[in-house]
Amino acid sequence: MSIQIQKVSKTFGNVAAVDSVSFEIHDGELVALLGPSGGGKTTVLRMIAGLEMPTAGDIRIRGQRVNDLSVQQRNIGFVFQNYALFKNMNVFKNVAFGLKIKKWKRKEIEERVAELMTLLELKGLEKRYPHQLSGGQRQRVAIARALAPKPSVLLLDEPFGAVDAKIRQELREWLVKLHHDLNVTTLFVTHDQEEAMEVSNRIVIIAAGRLEQIGTPREVYEQPANEFVARFIGVMNVLDCTVRDGVGRVGEMQFNLPNVADGQVRLGFRPYAVQISPDLSLYRYRAVLRHTFFLGIMLRLEIELPSGLIVRARITKEDYSRLGLQDEQEVSFQIRQFRLLAHDKAALQPEQRTTYDVPPMIAENI
Amino acid sequence: MAGVVRRKNQGSTLKSQRASEESPFAKWILITAALCFVTVFLLLPLMNVFYQAFSKGWQLYRHSMLEEDTIHAIKLTLAITAISVPLNLIFGLAASWAIAKFDFPGKTFLISLIDLPFAVSPVVAGLMFVVLFGRQGYFGEWLDAHDIKIIFAVPGMVLATVFVTFPFVARELIPVMQQTGSEQEQAALTLGASGWKTFWLVTLPSVKWGLIYGVILCNARAMGEFGAVSVVSGHIAGQTDTIPLRVEKLFNGASAASGVAAFAVASLLALLALVTLFLKTFLEWKTDRDFARAQEAGPAVEPPPNESDTVILAKSLQ
Repeated sequence: MSIQIQKVSKTFGNVAAVDSVSFEIHDGELVALLGPSGGGKTTVLRMIAGLEMPTAGDIRIRGQRVNDLSVQQRNIGFVFQNYALFKNMNVFKNVAFGLKIKKWKRKEIEERVAELMTLLELKGLEKRYPHQLSGGQRQRVAIARALAPKPSVLLLDEPFGAVDAKIRQELREWLVKLHHDLNVTTLFVTHDQEEAMEVSNRIVIIAAGRLEQIGTPREVYEQPANEFVARFIGVMNVLDCTVRDGVGRVGEMQFNLPNVADGQVRLGFRPYAVQISPDLSLYRYRAVLRHTFFLGIMLRLEIELPSGLIVRARITKEDYSRLGLQDEQEVSFQIRQFRLLAHDKAALQPEQRTTYDVPPMIAENI
Repeated sequence: MAGVVRRKNQGSTLKSQRASEESPFAKWILITAALCFVTVFLLLPLMNVFYQAFSKGWQLYRHSMLEEDTIHAIKLTLAITAISVPLNLIFGLAASWAIAKFDFPGKTFLISLIDLPFAVSPVVAGLMFVVLFGRQGYFGEWLDAHDIKIIFAVPGMVLATVFVTFPFVARELIPVMQQTGSEQEQAALTLGASGWKTFWLVTLPSVKWGLIYGVILCNARAMGEFGAVSVVSGHIAGQTDTIPLRVEKLFNGASAASGVAAFAVASLLALLALVTLFLKTFLEWKTDRDFARAQEAGPAVEPPPNESDTVILAKSLQ
């Protein structure tokens, strides 16, 4: 067990930034702390580092309670959002800083820095100053500096926030590779769910200071613990519908809800659960394809029901061309699976498959 | 659309060209006026100081400089400066650190308080100390009883100088420290550096030029201060005369020689002003460059929360 957070809270004045959060991170994991901006995830990271003191609760690193240990004693590597490189020092001195403080021998320092320069593809930049580096290089220097004293955990605050989209993608892949090579327990903060999904082994979702869910990317996507997670991770169509006699109705659509009492409920379904065909007799509902968004290999479609409801669907490029879809075309569609949502933080039930439709003809690989 | 924009731009550049073509007359009038003003009010008096100082020859200049009271005045000025500049250096560092790195109640009040000496007339500042420490002042009796002399003595002059030069270092450092933020220091802490090490290795180097700049301004003012020091000094020749006070005394002297001596001593202050000006310009250039670099290396803007579709996600999960 590398990091244990036990019922940790942090209040600033009257504001509870972090409210009784508990989770554990195992040795060698790459974990994302994910949540909306201002939700307390950076505060959690800073408390682990010792840059903030928890108001309540325990933090353990490798079994040792570190609440009373100062930042200096915790042996963590911390990468700041804006890198916080020492701008009056060159790359070599930046990376060597922690080693000098720990009174390493000069030769050992030179070896360690050279090793990191190679690992982080920074060779030849030792004499440069931070202002002479590109955004991606600066970030790698910041990581090299944090890694130099061989920390037991590496903490990164929004590591990809400060670079443009293209470099961000490179850096993500590169962080995964680095983690794979070094196998150092890594925890990073991000507000970008796509980033968390792509990079991490597990995701800790924190919103409004509370832990919402912890799980693998697949778990939080397929089995969200509550409505917040369901809506925060990925895209979801959300419908308010009225239930009567075990059937939920919204506009033209009907959902079998045999065990639900009469009243209002909310349900949601992922865009990939929507199947579309230009053959108007194939599926149960009719709609008009309003917009097509080209997102690369996947396309997002917005279809409008006669009642004015907009439903988002997802389809591969191949299927799109095969079906010969066009904007403003009438289509039929069905919803393959959906789940009931709950306004409060109540746990969600598993997704329900709609069983009353003909088996889908479209390939299931969407 | 693009065409419209371009045409608009062309229009405006044309217009501005015409505007600048039509204005050389006004331009030259303004430049000439500014130059005349600078020459008459700044350059001529400065040159006149040196002219007057050397008007009766190098010998007399040297003689007036080597006069016992003048030498004492120079020594005293250096001594007072040597005490008050380090004091304000320490205070300036502490105050700007507190203001830039921490939030505390009364912060705005502290900032305005630092500016107080700029707002108060130096003479009033001097009088303030007389009222406090003078013989008839609040602490006068107690000081008298313990045989401590502040007013009409060197300690009072140091106090007055410290008061007047109070804002220089702090004022220079606050924006530099605010701009630097505290992340570099936190980074040093996470790397195991103690508070002191962090201060020496990270904080101080990053505010280096701003600090030197503040010290130079503080130094110039400390050496040149007249009003406040004049009130508390008592003008005792050979004891409580600083260079500016000495200049005044010589200037008011009856003989022609003392007039020349006044300018000779004043030429020291003028020289100090020139050196200060040069250093100030150099450091401004230096800090501007560092600032530009810092901006370049700069604080990144957090991109808006990502709402886009999860393409890769879908690919990998489904």
